[in-house]
Amino acid sequence: MKRLLSKRWLAGGLLGLTLSLGAHAAIDTYEFKDEGDRARYRLLTEELRCPKCQNQNIADSDAPIAMDLRREIHRMLGEGKSNDEIVDFLVARYGDFVRYNPPVNARTWLLWYGPWLLLGGGLGVLALIVLRRRRPAASGQAADLSAEERARLDQLLKNSAGQSSADHTKADK
Amino acid sequence: MKRALLLLPLALFLVLAVFLYRGLFLDPAELPSALIGKPFPEFSLPSVHDSARTLTAADLKGKPALVNVWATWCPTCKAEHQMLNQLAGQGVNIVGVNYKDDNAAARKWLKDFLDPYQLNIEDQVGSLGLNLGVYGAPETFLIDKDGIIRHKYVGAIDERVWREQLAPLYQELVDAR
Repeated sequence: MKRLLSKRWLAGGLLGLTLSLGAHAAIDTYEFKDEGDRARYRLLTEELRCPKCQNQNIADSDAPIAMDLRREIHRMLGEGKSNDEIVDFLVARYGDFVRYNPPVNARTWLLWYGPWLLLGGGLGVLALIVLRRRRPAASGQAADLSAEERARLDQLLKNSAGQSSADHTKADK
Repeated sequence: MKRALLLLPLALFLVLAVFLYRGLFLDPAELPSALIGKPFPEFSLPSVHDSARTLTAADLKGKPALVNVWATWCPTCKAEHQMLNQLAGQGVNIVGVNYKDDNAAARKWLKDFLDPYQLNIEDQVGSLGLNLGVYGAPETFLIDKDGIIRHKYVGAIDERVWREQLAPLYQELVDAR
């Protein structure tokens, strides 16, 4: 029991260690004039993508360019620039690529609406299949037949019944 | 009608296959520059060779140029340097941007490995690099005689890159004068 407990403690400790390591890889010491600016800095560096190491945001990356961009963002916050102005500044230099939240325009139209198109298409196909399955069951009812067709159906049924009984008598012999 | 529907999955597969096949030959590290068609950013920085001399965007105007962002800390730049020397020998106008580098090391490099640059801008803090959207070195911009950025290449220029991408564009700009 004691060993089990200590094992659990070890596992928990290791888990905690890995979590704290992953939280923030890059640490800068920037001063902000208030908590609002600090929150905006965090938001911006997390929403902007590092152009060099493409699967990281500016906040997490240790690449020199990410450091430069963090410094620039801090500088612009100090100058009282709005979030939009800061993002536009970076987009003008690095393109829409630096945004993890890309704007809707001609080039990103497919990115934004493609999944909805696919979903719509899938639902359409599903509806088609369901409707098709239902239709033969409905048309199978006798009510759909005209008087002429019903007479012919009766005729056919009678004939086949007669035939099969005839077969039986044959087989009996 | 029914037969056409049966072919639909095949058609979808082919469309997807074409996209994926094209994707095999795309380099995700290569970003389209946001500055194509825009004027070279304004700057006022010292020359690598002469700290007293201030270079500005006006110095780049007059003839088409390759603007090469380089640094002594960048091994790929070393690999590229020989090619730049060769191009300079052919009369290609090359301007250097010494990006976030140590001036003494840069001067030594140019003495040791020859200097292909007509002008060399010292961008010690990377401010020009930032305005150019540079995110590493080497990067090379092609600008026309009016200082408009026409093309950007990320990575080392070698024989093939020059022949296939840059030479035709550069020649076009030279002929347009």
